[in-house]
Amino acid sequence: MVATLAPLQVTILALVAAGAPLVALSRDPVRMVVVNSFYNWALVILFVVFGAPDVALSMLVVGSVGYPLILLVAIARSRRRTQ
Amino acid sequence: MTRTVRIGLFSAAAVVLAILLCWTAVDLPDFGNYRGPYGGLLNHVAPAERHVTEVVTATVFDYRGFDTLGEELILFTAVAGVVLLLEQGERGERPEPSESIGSDAVRVLGALAVGAAVLVGLWLTAFGYVTPGGGFQGGVAIASGIVLLWVATSLRVWGPFGSDSILDPLEGVGAGGYIVIGLAALASGLPFLTNLFGPGRYGTLQSGGSIPFLNWAAALEVTAALLILFSKFLEEYVVPLAAGDER
Amino acid sequence: MSVLPYLVAAWICLVGLYGIVTSRHLVHLALCLTITQSSTYVLLLAIGYVKGGGPPIFKGVKLGTTAVDPVVQALTLTDIVVSVAVLALILALALDVHERAGTMDPDEIAELKG
Repeated sequence: MVATLAPLQVTILALVAAGAPLVALSRDPVRMVVVNSFYNWALVILFVVFGAPDVALSMLVVGSVGYPLILLVAIARSRRRTQ
Repeated sequence: MTRTVRIGLFSAAAVVLAILLCWTAVDLPDFGNYRGPYGGLLNHVAPAERHVTEVVTATVFDYRGFDTLGEELILFTAVAGVVLLLEQGERGERPEPSESIGSDAVRVLGALAVGAAVLVGLWLTAFGYVTPGGGFQGGVAIASGIVLLWVATSLRVWGPFGSDSILDPLEGVGAGGYIVIGLAALASGLPFLTNLFGPGRYGTLQSGGSIPFLNWAAALEVTAALLILFSKFLEEYVVPLAAGDER
Repeated sequence: MSVLPYLVAAWICLVGLYGIVTSRHLVHLALCLTITQSSTYVLLLAIGYVKGGGPPIFKGVKLGTTAVDPVVQALTLTDIVVSVAVLALILALALDVHERAGTMDPDEIAELKG
């Protein structure tokens, strides 16, 4: 029994598959944080479309404040010392 | 090992890994053709046994409650590690955090938004076993709301409310509370983390037995742990700003 | 194309590993580790999906409607929240290394002197 994927699922899978190399290939740390936020957003939509609103909520609350805060603080701290 | 050697080794290994992963992917059951017995069984049994409408939270805090205890302890340990690491190193005297928010609009709207954010977090936690949500999501949301308070208004004024002497006991109560509730079942002769109380009324807040208590214990621990993390990181950032170390 | 989600999960895992191996900044390395972690989330949720199934939440929904697997969701959501703390630990380690070695480039960091 082959289950065909809905178009929305295919689209979001494509966005997630495209977002991952975008994050891995970004070189500037601050730009990478922004692209990572986009990747997290795509993952949230993917989780919703796969019927997992709890997981989507979890990724949403974590990716909106938690990830950017600690990443940007680490980047800023590392830049300050290198100067 | 130089960079080129490393990338060369990785390319070879990645090709092998890619072949293995694709072979596995083709061999898995088709997408949508879920074969495991537990999913259907839990969806069938959990609303009837525990009177909860949210089977995922019931799984997290009841049917797989032991795994959640492990995850909470990972969180606890990681935060302890961060606190240890970020408190080393020369500090000298600690200057006051700088007040660097000049815009009144940011302060006012930020302060107004804090109440809404914390309220949403509390609601996510409270109704976690009725509608989507739960202790983990709600705990992170409450912590995010309180971080907004620090960041949008004044870290100097509100920072002491997130001091270690307040947050450490809260985190301990959250983690320990979870274990104590589990031990309470052990004390009455049942296995650890057995659901002790009656199921209650279906689909309301008063359901799930000991799920609400475990839910709130987990939310308390996650909130306190993340607030400790965020406050340590913000200290790393804000305090050197005040020392005139502008970029 | 019903194996597409599994292939996407494998692709994300490999991309994350590539990012780790060719990284030039410790924060970038930590973030690529989280990308590799996220491939496991996609794989788990793809395995648990039931054709035509909705979320496993029955508030206002008749009991017995097709729903996806709740066990994989339970495993995934706790993992996502805990990954923030683990990322913070890795970043704290990176900042510590940066203080001692003066650089954030993994290639330039010599062996640790005891």
